[in-house]
Amino acid sequence: MIAPFGRRRASVVENATSGGYRIITALDAEGPVPAAGQFYMLATEHGWSGDGERPFLPRAFSVAEATSGSGGVRLSFLLEDVGPGTHRLADLVEGEGLVLTGPLGRPFSMPRELNPDAAGAILVGGGIGLAPLAIWRRTLAEQGIAERSLLGFRDREHSGGLELFRCSEVRLASEDGHAGHRGYVTDLLELMLTGDSAATAAVYACGPPAMLEAVRALCEAREVAAELAMESPMACGFGACFGCAMPLRSGGYLRLCVDGPVVRAADVETALVEGAGHR
Amino acid sequence: MSDAGPTTLCGIELQHPIINASGTFDAIAARLAFGDAVIDRFPFSAYVSKTITPAPRVGNPPPRLWEEPAAMVNSIGLPNKGLDGFLGSDLPVLAELPVPLIVSVMATSVEQFAPLVEAVAARDEVAGLELNVSCPNVHSGLIVGEEPGETSALIERLRPLTAKPLIVKLTPNVADPAAIAIAAEQAGADAVSLINTIKAAPLLADGRPWLGAGSGGLSGPAVRTIALKQVADVAAAVEIPVVGMGGIERGSDAAALLGAGATVVAVGTASFRDPLAAERIRGELEALRREVAVPAGRP
Repeated sequence: MIAPFGRRRASVVENATSGGYRIITALDAEGPVPAAGQFYMLATEHGWSGDGERPFLPRAFSVAEATSGSGGVRLSFLLEDVGPGTHRLADLVEGEGLVLTGPLGRPFSMPRELNPDAAGAILVGGGIGLAPLAIWRRTLAEQGIAERSLLGFRDREHSGGLELFRCSEVRLASEDGHAGHRGYVTDLLELMLTGDSAATAAVYACGPPAMLEAVRALCEAREVAAELAMESPMACGFGACFGCAMPLRSGGYLRLCVDGPVVRAADVETALVEGAGHR
Repeated sequence: MSDAGPTTLCGIELQHPIINASGTFDAIAARLAFGDAVIDRFPFSAYVSKTITPAPRVGNPPPRLWEEPAAMVNSIGLPNKGLDGFLGSDLPVLAELPVPLIVSVMATSVEQFAPLVEAVAARDEVAGLELNVSCPNVHSGLIVGEEPGETSALIERLRPLTAKPLIVKLTPNVADPAAIAIAAEQAGADAVSLINTIKAAPLLADGRPWLGAGSGGLSGPAVRTIALKQVADVAAAVEIPVVGMGGIERGSDAAALLGAGATVVAVGTASFRDPLAAERIRGELEALRREVAVPAGRP
C-alpha cells in the first residue's frame, strides 16, 4: 500500500491501558487501509521536540489494527513506555493530534507465497511484538486461512494486548509463569513444529531480537519457511537516511524501512543486531 | 534580500531557492513509498544525489543512528551502487525528476576522482556535480576538504574535465572554512556548499561507542547557528555562489541563511522527520518575503 506523500494529522480517539502496554487508536481521515506488517512513523502534534529536547525523530510503529469506517481509517498502535518517544506517545489524550507518515514498508506474504505446501500460518509474538501479528491474524481469518498464535511475555508487567487476539486460537508462554507455559514462546513453537509436519508450516514472528533469532535458528534447522517483522531505530522510514541497516546473508545490508520491516528469515544473517529492537 | 522565487545556481535554473542536502532524500525509495506524488509535488528545485563512489560500498555496520536533543548523529558510510550501478540503474530513474540533477561524487585520490567526474559529467541528465571532499587522500593521508592545498590541487585537476558546475561541499570540521572556500574558488570551483555534518561520537556510560563505526556526524536544528556563522564567513570571503545548509526547520531559518549570503539553501535532516518539510519551509519563506515591510526577526 502506497502512503500519502508527507505527514498528516490523525486524531486520537482512544488511549487504553492493556496490561503493561497502551493501545493508542487514532482516526486517519486521509490515509489508505494499511496491509498487515506495514508501519507508520509517529510523533505527537504538540510536545515533540518543541522545547528542543528529545524526542526529536519520529518513532516507527507497526500497525496492530486497522478498520475502515465513516470518517476514515481507525489505526491502533501497541506501545510500551520505555523512552522519551514512547513516553510522550503514551501520554496522548483523546482529541490530540498524532502526526503520522505511512503506511510504509513491505507487508507479510501469504502462507502459500512463503511455502507452496503451507496448510496455515503459525504466528509467534514476543511482548510488544505481537502488534503486527494481530492485524495479520485478522487478515488471515478474513480470508479463511487457518492460523494459530503463540504469544510470549517476560512477566505480568511486560505483557498486554491480548484483546487484539479475540476469537483466535492463542497459546501463551511467560518467563515468570504468570500465564500459560512457564518458559519461552519458542518452546511452544518447537513443540508445534515437532508435532506438525514442518513441511506444511509457514511461520511469522515479531518480538525482541533474541526471540527473533531463536525463531530464525529454529526455522532454519527445521527448514521451515518464515518471515520476521523486525525493528530498528529509523530517522525517516522511507529509505532516505539509510539508518536501519540489517546484515544480509548474501553480504551487505538491507534497509529495513523499504526492504522490510517484514523480511524472509532465510535472507538475514542474524536477528541479533546491535541497536535493534525497541527502546 | 534574497527572493523566494526563481533563481539560478551557477547557470542552473531553479524554480525556487530550496534544494536537498546530499544523502537526506532518496528520490527512488520515496517513489516506492509515496508513488508519483513525489514527482507531482517534488519539494526541491534541484535534486542532489547521494554520494557516488567509483566502486560499490555497503556502508557502515549498525547501529548507524543516535538521537540527540534537536539533533541526530549518523554514521552511514556512503552506501551506494558505485559508478557503474549509478549510471546503469539509478540515473535513468533520477532523470525523470522534474528538476535539475546534481550528482554528489567522492573518491580517495585524484586518480580515482578524475574518471568519476568525467563519466558523470558526460551524461546529459546531469546538470552539475557536487564534490564530496570529506575523504582522505590515500597518498597524503590528509582529509582533502580540511586542507586548502589538498582542496586546490584536487579542483585544479578536475576543473578541465568538464564545463558543468563543480560545487565543493565544505566540511565544518576546520578552524577556518573560508580559507578552504577561497582555495576552491581560486582553483576554479563554481560554488561551495556548507555545512556538512559536524564530527560527533555518542559514547555510552562505559565509554563504549554506540555507533558501529565508532563516530559519525551531527545534524539537525542544534547545528543551525554554526551553519549561519560559517555560511556568513564563507559568503563574505568568496565571489562564487554559496549553498547554505544546516538545521533548517522553518522558513525563517532558510531566510536567515539566505540573509547570511547563501544563494540557495538545502534542507536535510528536516526531511527525515517530514518528507514534505521542504515544501512547508518554502511556503513559510514565501510568506516571510511577502511581509518585507515587517522588520525581520525570529519568531
